[in-house]
Amino acid sequence: MSEHVLEKQFVDLAHQSETAELGIWGFIATEVLFLGGLFAAYGFFRYLHPVGVAAAASHTDLAIGTVNTIVLLTSSFFMSWSSLAARDGESRPAGVLMLITAALGIVFLGLKAIEYAEDIHEHLWPGPGFSLSTPDPKSGEVFYFLYWLLTGIHALHLLVGIGAILVIANRARRGVFTRAYHSPVRVVSLYWHFVDVVWIFLFVLIYLPGRAP
Amino acid sequence: MSATTILELPPCRGDSYLTDGSTLTSWLLTHDHKRIAILYCLTITGFFLIGGAAAALIRLNLLTPQGLLLDAETYNRTFTLHGVVMVWLFLVPSIPTTFGNFLLPLMLGAKDLAFPRINLLSWYLFTASGLIVLAGLITGSVDTGWTFYEPLSSGYSSGALVVVLFGIFVNGFSSILTGLNFVVSIHRLRAPGLTWYRLPIFCWSTYATSVILMLATPILAVTLLLVAAEHLWGVGVFDPTHGGDPLLFQHMFWFYSHPAVYIMILPGMGVVSEIIPTFARKKIFGYHFIAWSSVAIAVVGFVVWGHHMFVSGESIYAALVFSFLSFVVAVPSAIKVFNWLATLHKGSISFEAPMLYALGFILLFTIGGLTGLFLATLAFDEHATATYFVVAHFHYIMVGGMVSAYFAALHFWWPKVTGRLYPESWARFAAILIFFGFNLTFFPQFILGYLGMPRRYATYPPEFQVWNVFSSAGASILAAAYILPLLYLGWSLVRGERAPSNPWGATGLEWQTPSPPPTDNFARTPRVTRPPYDYPEPTV
Repeated sequence: MSEHVLEKQFVDLAHQSETAELGIWGFIATEVLFLGGLFAAYGFFRYLHPVGVAAAASHTDLAIGTVNTIVLLTSSFFMSWSSLAARDGESRPAGVLMLITAALGIVFLGLKAIEYAEDIHEHLWPGPGFSLSTPDPKSGEVFYFLYWLLTGIHALHLLVGIGAILVIANRARRGVFTRAYHSPVRVVSLYWHFVDVVWIFLFVLIYLPGRAP
Repeated sequence: MSATTILELPPCRGDSYLTDGSTLTSWLLTHDHKRIAILYCLTITGFFLIGGAAAALIRLNLLTPQGLLLDAETYNRTFTLHGVVMVWLFLVPSIPTTFGNFLLPLMLGAKDLAFPRINLLSWYLFTASGLIVLAGLITGSVDTGWTFYEPLSSGYSSGALVVVLFGIFVNGFSSILTGLNFVVSIHRLRAPGLTWYRLPIFCWSTYATSVILMLATPILAVTLLLVAAEHLWGVGVFDPTHGGDPLLFQHMFWFYSHPAVYIMILPGMGVVSEIIPTFARKKIFGYHFIAWSSVAIAVVGFVVWGHHMFVSGESIYAALVFSFLSFVVAVPSAIKVFNWLATLHKGSISFEAPMLYALGFILLFTIGGLTGLFLATLAFDEHATATYFVVAHFHYIMVGGMVSAYFAALHFWWPKVTGRLYPESWARFAAILIFFGFNLTFFPQFILGYLGMPRRYATYPPEFQVWNVFSSAGASILAAAYILPLLYLGWSLVRGERAPSNPWGATGLEWQTPSPPPTDNFARTPRVTRPPYDYPEPTV
C-alpha cells in the first residue's frame, strides 16, 4: 500500500524528512519564546512576592500534580518507542504505541479536569469570587491567574498533540510508515516531548513552592 | 543578451499557473505558492483601502482647528482603526506574503515552498484574523491607538478590545507560520549550485524578516494574551489599579513592535536591491555588506525597544544605552543606502516605473532614517515625543519606504506575475505623483511636530492650520495617486500586451521561466553556476 508521500519540492524522502524536522524545531523555538514570556512574568512576580506565592502554591493539589507528571513522562516513553518502531518500518505496532500515548494524554487531561473542578469549588478562580486563606490573598490571586493561564495553555497544547497523534496513528494503522518514510512520526514525537518538558517546568513552579520541609 | 543567463534551462512547457484550474476551489484550496501570493495580494489590497479610507477621514478632520466632522471619540476610533489595519493587515504581511510567496521558490530554483499546506493555512488564518479585527474595531469602541497602552486598554476600553486582541493573536500565528516556512525553505530548498552568496539580496532580506517574524511575534502574542486575560479576570499584571505595572506592558509590547518595524522595512530593502542593479545594468556594489546588513538589522533591532520609552520613566542609564544602540542600528541601514548609490554610480541607468519607485524609496527612506537619529537623541526626543515629528518620521519609513517598495515590486514583477505589460507612461506618472503627494502630506508634519503639535488629538490651536491644510491637500493627491495603479494595472489584465519572459533583461532565476510561470515553476531543477546580478562590466 503506497501513498504519494514525496512532495514535488523535494529531491527525495530524506530531503523531505530533514526539512520537516527543521520545521518542527523552528516551531518549537517560537513556542519557547511564547511560553518564555509567561514564565518571565511568573519569575518577575515570584521575585516580588516570594512569601505570597509560596502560601498560594501550597493550596494546589500536589497528589494530582505528581500523578500527572508520572502519566505524562510515561506517555513520552511510549511515544519514543513508537518513533523507534516507525523508524524500523514497523508501522502497525508503532500505531498501537501511539494510541497508548494518546490514551495517557487523555488520562492527564481527565485528572486535570478533576483538579480544575476542585479549584473552582475552592474559589480559586480569579475574579470577584476569589478567596484564599493566606496572609496575602492579593498576590495569591495573581498566582492563580498565572496558574490557570499556564496550565490552560499547556492543556490546549496537549489537546493539539493528542489530535496530531490520532491522525498519524490512523496512517500508521494503514501501514504507511516505512524505513524510508516516517518523518511525521518524528515531527509529532518532537512536539509531544516538548509539551512534556514544559509540564516538568510547570510542575516545579506551580506545585512545589512552599512545600520544602 | 546571453550574458544575462546564469544557468542552462530547457524551455518549460505546460499550463501557466493562472490557467491551471479555473474553479473557485482550485484557488481557495490551492497549494501553489504563486496562487497563494495572489490570494494574499487581493486580501491586503482590500485592507489597504480600508486603512487608507480611515487615513483620509483623519486628514479631512484636521483641515480645521476644531475638527471638521468627527467628535473626539470617533476620531480616536478612526486613528486606532487606521493604525491597527495598516500595521498588521497591510505592512507586516505586504511584501513577504505576496512577493515573498511568489518569488522565493522561483529565486531558490524550487517547485514550491517547504510546507505548501501550511502556507495556505497561513492565508486562512490571516484572512480570518483580518475579519475578526475589523469586526471588533467597527462594532466596538476601541480607541486605544494601535499600541493598546496600559492602563488605557484595560481600564477604560470596552469589551470589543478583547475581540481585536484575539484577532491580532490569530494574525500572529499566520506571521509565525509564514516566517517559519520561508526560513526552512531558504535553508533546505536551494537549487544545486545556489550557495548562500549566490542568493539574490531579496532572499537575504526575506530571511532576516522571517527570523524576526518567528522570534518577535510570540512575544506580542503572550503580551496580548496577558492584556486580554487581565481584562477578563480583573487581575493586575499591567493594570496599576489592580497592582500591575504599566511599564512592563510597554517593555513587552515594544520588544515585539520595534523588531516589527524592521519586518516592515527589510523586505522593501530587498526589493530595491533587486531593482537598482537591473536598471543600472550593473552588478550590485558590496553584495556581502548588503546581505549581512539585513542580518545585522534583524539582530540589533531586538535590543533597541527602549527608545520608545525615553519619557515613560525608564532609568537614565537604560535610556543612554538604548539611545546608543539606536544609533548603532542606523549603521547597517546606512551601509545599504551607500551601496545602492555606489551601484548607481557609473551605471547605465534607465528610468522605468519600478526604478522611479525604487529611487523614491531611497530618498524617502533616507529622510525617515535620518529623522530617526534625531529621535534617538535623548534631548531632542524629550521635545519631539508624541508630536507630529514622530508621525512624520515613521510615515517616511513605512509609507515613503515600504509602500513605495511595495509599488516598486508590483510594477517590477507585474509582467512575471500576470503575463501582461502595463502602460509605462501612466505608471511613471503615478510614481511621480505618489512621491509628490507623499512629501506634501508628511513634510509639513515634521514642521508641525517641531513646533509642538501633539499627535492623537482631534483638534489643534489655530496657528497650526496652514501646515495642516498643506498636509491634507497632499493626502488627497496621495489618495488619487494610489487609486491610479489600481486602474491601469486592472486595465492591463484585460488589454495589456503579452509580456515576454524577461522584459527588463534582468538576471534573476525568476526571469528564466515563462511569464506567467507554469505551476511547477521549472521543468527541471536548475543548476546555478554564476553569482547574482551578473551584468556585463561597464566598458569605459
